[in-house]
Parts: sequence; structure tokens; C-alpha cells
Amino acid sequence: MIRYLVRRTAILIGSLFFAAVALFVLLRLLPGDPANALLPVGATPEQIEAARRELGTDASLPAQFGSWLHDLATLDLGTSLISTLPVGPEITARLPVTVPLTLAAFVLAVLVAVPVGVLAAARADRWYGPVLNAIAQLGIAVPAFWLGLLLVTVFALRLRVLPAGGFPPDGWGDPGPAAQALVLPVVTVALVMSASLIRYVRTATLEVLGADHLRTARALGASPVQAMVRHGLRNAAVPVISVLAMELATTFLGAVVVESVFALPGLGGLLVRAISQHDYPVIQGVMLVSTATVLVVGFLGDLAQRVADPRLLRRGAS
Amino acid sequence: MNVRKLITASLALVTAAGLLAACGDDGGGSSGGSGGTATIQVGSQYEPQNLDNTAGGGQGVTEALNGNVYEGLFKLTDTGTVEPLLAKSNKVSDDGLTYTFTLQPDVKFHSGKALTSADVKAGIERVTADNSKSSRKSNLEVVKSIATPDDATVVVTLSSRSISFIYNLSYVWIVNSQAKDYTTTADGTGPYKLGQWKRGSTLTLTKFDGYWGTPAKNAGVVFHYFTDATALNNALLTNAVDVVTSEQSPDALAQFSNNSSYKITNGKSTTKLLLAFNDKVAPFDKVEVRQAVSRAIDDKKLLNSIWGDYGTPIGSMVPPTDPWYEDLTTVNAYDPASAKQLLARAGLPNGFSFTLDTPNYDPHPTAATFLKSELAKVGITVTINTITADQWYTKVYQKHDFTATMQEHVNDRDVVFYGNPDFYFGYDNKQVTTEINQAEQAKTADGQTALLKQANKTIAEQAASDWLYLYPQIVVASAKLSGYPVNGLNAQFFAYGIVKS
Repeated sequence: MIRYLVRRTAILIGSLFFAAVALFVLLRLLPGDPANALLPVGATPEQIEAARRELGTDASLPAQFGSWLHDLATLDLGTSLISTLPVGPEITARLPVTVPLTLAAFVLAVLVAVPVGVLAAARADRWYGPVLNAIAQLGIAVPAFWLGLLLVTVFALRLRVLPAGGFPPDGWGDPGPAAQALVLPVVTVALVMSASLIRYVRTATLEVLGADHLRTARALGASPVQAMVRHGLRNAAVPVISVLAMELATTFLGAVVVESVFALPGLGGLLVRAISQHDYPVIQGVMLVSTATVLVVGFLGDLAQRVADPRLLRRGAS
Repeated sequence: MNVRKLITASLALVTAAGLLAACGDDGGGSSGGSGGTATIQVGSQYEPQNLDNTAGGGQGVTEALNGNVYEGLFKLTDTGTVEPLLAKSNKVSDDGLTYTFTLQPDVKFHSGKALTSADVKAGIERVTADNSKSSRKSNLEVVKSIATPDDATVVVTLSSRSISFIYNLSYVWIVNSQAKDYTTTADGTGPYKLGQWKRGSTLTLTKFDGYWGTPAKNAGVVFHYFTDATALNNALLTNAVDVVTSEQSPDALAQFSNNSSYKITNGKSTTKLLLAFNDKVAPFDKVEVRQAVSRAIDDKKLLNSIWGDYGTPIGSMVPPTDPWYEDLTTVNAYDPASAKQLLARAGLPNGFSFTLDTPNYDPHPTAATFLKSELAKVGITVTINTITADQWYTKVYQKHDFTATMQEHVNDRDVVFYGNPDFYFGYDNKQVTTEINQAEQAKTADGQTALLKQANKTIAEQAASDWLYLYPQIVVASAKLSGYPVNGLNAQFFAYGIVKS
């Protein structure tokens, strides 16, 4: 287990470093110049040069990368080129929106997907099994922002039961309106996420249902449900855990996408704006935090899987 | 059996969560109260980058803070006139080089410090400083020195006559000279002080009780920021905001115009959509060719297809709120037959082809397609080259590497760009350059106006560019609201007069 942990941690750190390099290089390959976003129309070439010097974008790429890594090592994410404000606090200020949104959407997606997926598999021979599967298929094809707009039209504009977007100025100071503001975004992300989850759960369940040990349990007199609960679920859980970890990461990214539809002050809004302004430190900061989250969740997922099924650990260590 | 229970339970949970959330009010974010106790909820797409207008704060900082939190010696009103604000009086020397300002007495900053001449000096110097990113910096380069003989008097000496000096001062915020952080805090003399700025979401202004002038007619303002126009309009439809400062989505107007709960005002903007030729490059170095292209395009039809009944054809670079405005829509007006004649006279009887660099965001792609079909009718073939805003800036604006392009110019009083042959238009007319320079040196506003009118007429006749139309400035507000600015000149949005019934 310890050997596995050490190796897996090394891989995690290596991936993070690789992600940082890739991020840095890809961003610099984009056409455009942050100095342009900063200066008004009418700026002279001298002003543009001065702005570049001030921003540090006139330095060579290796030099820029070096200073960025150096800052990162001290947990300093740099300063926004545009707002001249530090990036770290900017990101942490957005987490009270993005983190609850992600977690709530994830829990809701699991609550919907597990029963529906199991049902779609267990009742594959009835009419509604395939129908549920087809709905899930359809759900995968639906873009989250479109679903968001649809929900806003129905629940906010027509029925007037929920706000159409925005977040209270005092944040979670008054939890009621804050929670309310998150309902539609959470449902949007959860519905999209649950669609793909349902198919995983269904496939995993079908595999287990066809397994020999389950047939044996049935032959020994257990009802389908008893057999499923006693012998099936645990075996189905192993692939589902790794999928869940992956889905949690995807939910996070889904939340980031949906934020701009609902005008939420989360990481997504920050990212969209930073991209349009070529604000490299902010883009790098948000992407790095997102990438790190995805990698760490994947790492924890792997660990959980090995705890659930120790056989994997032996296989992994050999 | 268990499976069914599980499903029932989870469905119940989802429904319960939805109902629970629905129990609140009707989604409104509008604070209660009316008259002087109401807080006005304003929706905007222009969030400040930071709170400093000399450090790249952007359009949003002008909208929220200009006139509301910070004040200048003078102010540009919503109708385009310049009025004294913190300057109680001003005297100009006969040679036009020395300005002596006397300050309003008993003016206090939000921090409690009294306004003195040192603060005025600091305010002007912040704009002209080396690291200033103010778009007004070049206008104030004529400032040679600033003296403060006593606390209430400021004497500014210019290196040359500048008739626009007073107007330019309306953009200069008078700041507390002892303030340290201008990017996240604010200390002005305006009717509101800065409350909370929740980045990515809201900026709150609260009424300042110690204000020296007429106090604000409401308790405060909350600016709500949206990156998405649809989300912004939805916020207005659900009463989460009371007013949208500048409607950018023509398609959204129908849902408000057929509804008595909302009022739409069609104000005058200063934003012009230009078909800008590179006047230094063939074939647009020929006046006849530029005139031909201008006459081949039906501007009214274009405006109508994009904005419906909103917006104004202007026929020149000068918007109606500039003092030297004249209706020049009849100069090079739509006339395809004469366009063909002009082409023949320019030696291009069979037309020609050119590439149009078109920014990739609305309304440029639509307008470019329209131009292409209009020009095809007189034998001109257009190749549309779609580029990003950044590419535009580098390729067109900096390198002048283009034949023709489309762009919007947002500022007022910007006809003076045509006096600079090095500007990306490449328009080089000695007489116009002289007139524009002389206008700035004029002794009276009337003299300035006469010269700029003359210059603008020449520019329009020579079709230096084709001015397609003036954008509408559309404010959509709840019918309960009154007293808001409708023109929003240079993105200012004075909030102190707004009343909610």
C-alpha cells in the first residue's frame, strides 16, 4: 500500500507539473496581446511598449515561465495583468459559489443516476428499461447551457418560482437567497451529469446481473433484490467508484461552464472574462486550480477503489 | 421492491429541494422601500477591472463611479454640455494659457478629509503621470504646471492654448491626495460612497450623508454585472434589476416593448459604426472610389435590419451631442447610379475587388454580409475576412495592414482623429489637419465649432470613411423608475437622480 501511495503521489505531482507547462505554452501560442486589452484606442506604440514592459510580457518565454514557477512554489499565483489585483484571493473569493454548486450537483446527480441506472438494467426486459436508457442517451447530447436557458425560461420567467440568475451581494451572509440562486444551476448540472452516470450504472449492473455468483445465489433461493443487495452491489461498486471520481471532476467543469448562463460569481465567470482579456495569470491560476482538483479527485478515487477491492492493490503492486 | 422505494425516495428529495427553494419571495432582488429610501438595482455588462480610471479600470469604472463617487472640477451632463462642479469659478488669462480655479467651499471626501487644492493637483497629475493608462492622457499633455497658492485656489498653466481643456477636465477625478489604494478602495467627494465590491457579481454604492451638493434621491445603488446579455435581460424580467444601462441585444427589445411594466428610452449614443478605408492604399486613395462605395450602400436599410426603429444615420463622424454636429446624411447619400458613374470616372468601370477585415462579434459579421451584397450591385466584389478583436488591434490599428475594415468608435468629439495622417484611417488632408489644430487653439467655443464644422464637412464630402450609422443608446427600465440618464455619454451613468415609486 505504501509503495503504491508513493508511486501514485509521484505520478500526481508529475502530472501537475506537466499540466503547468502545457498550460503556459498553450496560452502563449494564442494570438493576441494583453497590452491591447489594457490600453484605450488611441494608444501610441510607445505606450504599448511601456505596457508590455510593465506587464512583463516583453521578457522571453523561458524567463516568464521561470518566474511563474518560482511564484507557484511559494503558492503565489501572481497578479492579474488587467485588474492589477492578486490572483490567489480572486480565486478563493469565487470558491463559495463554485464548490457548493459542484458538490450539490454531484450529490443530486448520484441520487438520480444510481436508482435509475439500476432500474434501467434490472428491468431491461420491461418497456421502461429501454426508455430510461434512451432518455439518458438523449441527456448526454444536451448541452448544459441550453438546458440552463430552458430551465430559466420555465421556472424563472414563466412560473416565477426561482431567480433567473445572479448571486446575493452579501453572498452566504443570508443563506436563503444564496441557496435559492443555486437551485437552477445545480439542477442543470446534475441533470446533464446524471445522464452519463445512468449509463455507467446500468452497464455495471448488467454485468453483475449476468455474473455466475449472482445466478448461484438465485439458484440457492434468494430473490433478485436480495441477491443484488448481498452480492451484486459490492461488485458493481468498484467500476462505479472510479467513474464517480471522474464524474465529480466533470461536474466541477460543468459548473464552471454553467456559471455564465446564471451570472454566478464563480470560477467560470472569472475564467471567461480572463480569456477574453488575455489575462494570463488569471487563466493560468483558474486552470491550474481546476486541473489540480481533477487530478486530486482522480487520485482519491483510485485509493477508494483499492480500499473497496484489495485485489486491485495486489495487482497494482506486482 | 427496494429499487422502487429508492426511486420514490430520491424523486421526493428532488421535488422537496425544489419546493423548499421556491418558498422564498418571487425571485426579486429589488430592495423594498420607495422614494428616498429605495435602493436602485442596476444591471450592466461592464464590470470594472479595478476601481482606478487611470490604471486600466475600463468602461465599467466610469459607469459606476464617474459623478457618483468621484467628481471633477467640471462635469459633462447627459445632454453633452459642460458645467462647473467642484470648480466654483474659473478665470482664463487673455493669452488662454493660465486657468485659475476657485474651489467649492465645505467639500468633504467620504473619509472626512476636506477638499483642498492639493487634491485637485493630485487628480490631474494622476492622469498625466508616466504610468497612467488613461485615454485622456494625451489631451492633458498641454498642462505645463499646476500651482496651489492657497487651499481653495488652483492655477494651471498650459504650454499652448487648448479650448477643450475645460471639457477634458470633466474626465479628471479629484481624488484624496493622501489615498494609497485606488484599485480596490475609493475616496471621492460624490453623492455616494463605495460600499462593497463583490468581484464578478455586484458593486454597491451608498448615499453619502456629508455630501456638499444636492443629496442623492435614493438610498443607494447596486450595480449587478452580467457577462451574458440574455442573463441580464432575464434579471430585468424577474425584477432582480430595475434598469439596464445599455441594451446591447436588439432581439431582446420585443419582450419589453410590448409590456407596460417597462419603459424603453431611445437616447443618443456617441458610438459610430464605420466602414473605414485605408485612405493611403489603392483603390481607396482615390476620393471617387470612396464616394462610390459610400453611395452604393443603403445605410438606412442596414440600420433597420440590425436595430429596427432604433439608431440614427449620421453621414459623418460627428454625433448629435457634439457641439459641431450637422446633419450630413445627404452628402454621398445612397445612389447606386451615381456610384457607378464615379467608378467609371476613377477608371474602374468594371468595378474592383477588395478584402474587408471584419471583427468576429456582433454586429460586424451581419453588416459585412449586407455590404457585400450592396457593393456587388455596382460591380464591387468583397471578400470578408473575419478576425478577432485582438487581431484587429494588431493588424489594422497598429500595423495599418488592411484595405478596408469595419469598426465601432465609441467616444464623443473624436472627429479630430481625421486630423492625424498617422492614424489608422490614413486620411491625409493638409487643410483638414490645419483646421483641426487651429480649432484646438481657438479663442472661443464658437470659433472652435466653426472650424470643426468646416473640417467635418470636407471629411464627409471626401468620404474619408463611410459612417454607416450611430448606435442607439437604449435604456430599459422598470416603469416605476424615473430620473435616470438616457444618453449615457461616454458610458457615464449618474444614479443620484433616480427615484423608484
